[in-house]
Amino acid sequence: MQSILELSNIDYYYHTVSGETKALSNISFSVTPGEFVAIVGPSGCGKSTLLSLIAGLLTPSNGEISYHEHPIAPEDTRQIGYMLQKDHLLEWRTIKKNVLLGLEIQKKLTVDTLSYVEQLLDTYGLSSFADKHPSELSGGMRQRAALIRTLVLKPDLLLLDEPFSALDYQTRLNVSNDIGNIIRKEHKTAILVTHDLSEAISMGDRIIVLSSRPGRIRRIIPIQFSQELTPMEKRNASEFKHYFNMIWKEFERNG
Amino acid sequence: MVEQSQAQALYIKDLKRHKRKVRFFRILILVIFLAQWEITAAFHIVDPFIFSSPSRLIHCCYDMLLHNSLLYHIGITLFETLVSFFLVTLFTILIATILWLSKGISETLDPYLVVLNSLPKSALAPLLIVWLGGNYKTIIVTGMSVAIFGSILSLYTTFLTMDADKLLLIRTLGGTKKDVLFKILIPGNIPVILSIMKVNIGLCLVGVIIGEFIAAKKGLGYLIIYGSQVFKLDWVILSILILCIIAMTLYQLTSSIENKYVKMRNH
Repeated sequence: MQSILELSNIDYYYHTVSGETKALSNISFSVTPGEFVAIVGPSGCGKSTLLSLIAGLLTPSNGEISYHEHPIAPEDTRQIGYMLQKDHLLEWRTIKKNVLLGLEIQKKLTVDTLSYVEQLLDTYGLSSFADKHPSELSGGMRQRAALIRTLVLKPDLLLLDEPFSALDYQTRLNVSNDIGNIIRKEHKTAILVTHDLSEAISMGDRIIVLSSRPGRIRRIIPIQFSQELTPMEKRNASEFKHYFNMIWKEFERNG
Repeated sequence: MVEQSQAQALYIKDLKRHKRKVRFFRILILVIFLAQWEITAAFHIVDPFIFSSPSRLIHCCYDMLLHNSLLYHIGITLFETLVSFFLVTLFTILIATILWLSKGISETLDPYLVVLNSLPKSALAPLLIVWLGGNYKTIIVTGMSVAIFGSILSLYTTFLTMDADKLLLIRTLGGTKKDVLFKILIPGNIPVILSIMKVNIGLCLVGVIIGEFIAAKKGLGYLIIYGSQVFKLDWVILSILILCIIAMTLYQLTSSIENKYVKMRNH
């Protein structure tokens, strides 16, 4: 199958006054349309850096990133949606105005996009909160609003940078289940970065395990469950434990 | 429940009593002050010629309204203050934005801004008169000079404290620095801009009075200087009292704009 994204031999160095640090080393993988890839690794292994490289916020020191089989160009990055760790909803805007932020910036406010916004808000249970301010919403609802803000731009590829880490555990389970289902339902290709193994297994089709700094690919593990399950159901499926142990061992081996 | 509401009622009652007490003593101080002023002047315990008295001031006020176009002088001072205030606000936003846009410019200019900000601006006034002439332009510039440097520095510092992740958010949505400015920086800092404006209006009034002291033939600052030179101390004291009222009114005005904005936003 044609790949939507391909990374080949990516290295990345950080530069500071005190010297340079190698953050990523020889990273190569590809993502096919509709796939959900989860990247796990210890903190500081360059997971977020990897997403920033894909999103075009940083340029790789070595190697090449291809998007739809062509070297990635600056204008491609508008088709890549990026969801950050915190929701960053703007307190002075209502939820609806927050969701429209990306459309405003990309000058895509049209009747069509507006009705798409209404539809998404409606589908994901936020339409009655459209005129509320972010502080009036729960953490999970805020995160959903942030996802809609990204989805209204109709991204080809979604990058999720530990989007649930700021939530408390219970909300986190619910929201990751929610968002996992939304992404499947909208048939989006997604790359999730997380340090939470259970989250990666319950959401991903494939898991890329990175080593500690400089981040290298230790192993790529395809995840398969015997039937179609939601992220929440997968946590209780028998295969879950097997994958968990497999990745855990990989981590241990990392030292 | 009944007990609690009783306690609540007691609490509210206490709070109200406290407020009443404060208001009462505030007025009492004013009344006592005015009364002792009037009485000591009437019995010549203090010289009414140099200390004036409330009744003399009322008379003087009436007299000046009729013969010395007091309203005109008030109008001039107000006009100059408001013009310098608007210019300060405009330039503050403009210059703070430019400093934020270019790290090179802001790092280069930083020591100059710090020096200009700590300089006592009244020292500039005599120079400004020579350069710009003894007219309202000088006075407006003097008014601006007192407020503008501190105001630029505080707005720029606020701009710098913006969450770096917000910048990242705009970039991930495909935006540029311009979008950061108009979607995050300005709308997010309106409360700060309003509170800086609140300080500025007072500073502009100070600057305008300094300017009028040395350069003007009209305005309240001129009345104060002229009055002291010809020993019409009634004029001087009256002008000072009017300045108090103007300062309070302008401050209240900017405060009420701020309050209105806060209400609107929370709506």
